[in-house]
Amino acid sequence: MNGRTRAQTYIWFAQRLSGAVLAVAVIVHLATIVFAVRGGLTAAEIIGRIKGNAIWLVFYVLFVVAVAVHAPIGLRTILNEMTPIPARGIDGVVGLFALLLLWLGLRATFGLYGFGGG
Amino acid sequence: MEGETGTMADTLNVLLWRGAEEGTFVAYRVPRRENQTVLDVVTYVQRHIDPTLSYRFACRVGMCGSCAMTVNGRPRWTCRTHVKKVATDNRIEIAPLRNLKVIKDLSVDMAEFFDKWKRAKGHFHPTATRRDEFAVVKPESAMRRQANAAIECIGCGVCYASCDVVAWNRDYLGPAALNRAWTLVNDVRDGDQRARLMAVAGDAGCHACHSQQSCLEHCPKHLNPTASIAGLKRASLLAFLRGEP
Repeated sequence: MNGRTRAQTYIWFAQRLSGAVLAVAVIVHLATIVFAVRGGLTAAEIIGRIKGNAIWLVFYVLFVVAVAVHAPIGLRTILNEMTPIPARGIDGVVGLFALLLLWLGLRATFGLYGFGGG
Repeated sequence: MEGETGTMADTLNVLLWRGAEEGTFVAYRVPRRENQTVLDVVTYVQRHIDPTLSYRFACRVGMCGSCAMTVNGRPRWTCRTHVKKVATDNRIEIAPLRNLKVIKDLSVDMAEFFDKWKRAKGHFHPTATRRDEFAVVKPESAMRRQANAAIECIGCGVCYASCDVVAWNRDYLGPAALNRAWTLVNDVRDGDQRARLMAVAGDAGCHACHSQQSCLEHCPKHLNPTASIAGLKRASLLAFLRGEP
């Protein structure tokens, strides 16, 4: 396989793999929201659950990474098919979008994990 | 027959695309017959009303794949499509296939379609010589079965016309070419597997497929190109994971 086909296959695989992670993560996330709302939705309650909890930290880091991989690949396809932007430009845009998602997501996750102290 | 209870009208109202990329639908009235195909209707117009009408056909029995057109918005093989199945309110609209350049009237340029078969390495690459024994391929082997499921393509272009990914990405190889490549990936005698996998796994190859299955929905031979493309995705992934050069 040459570079281009290797990259295309890698991108396809990364989207499938991250999609599989998201399938589980989104269900856990939604179930937690439903549970949290029924138990009273407050910032204090959310912080109380996540702050200092390593399991939630690992879960949300995985979730954020899966989102940062999955969404830009889908966006890349949409831009390729629906806009006249050249392929290299699109790769640059979605690369930046991936970094933005990763930064925002990890910032929120670590912010809640270390709330008050970090 | 019109519907379940109505009687057959004497004439059929036909709208045919006339022109090239730019053109218009022109109305014709064609005598209605029992067991009349869409190709019969087009042929009637050409022979009895306007001999300048351009269209393409050859075998008339669903073997050659020449006569595909867009009938009431759907791509179909016209020689095996009965008017009574597709006419609504005794009216039928016939246009050239989508996603291909219109040459004139109902004839499209199939060059792009078949060029993509070439680009997908959709041809057999022999490895044996005349001094070798015949290859023994067991009909019940998994690979032969997968090839069998995809082999009956007649190259009519209906799947290509129905595919939205082709419309969005002009370089996309399309369902027929990828389906053909899949039959060869499953041919144990073929000696060009690596190059073929490279050809079909690029930017505009199997990974571009959205699995919308329009090809499966419209294929007159009831093939499943989407499944063939999924097979190519798996094969290229396996090659990738194995680190094949």
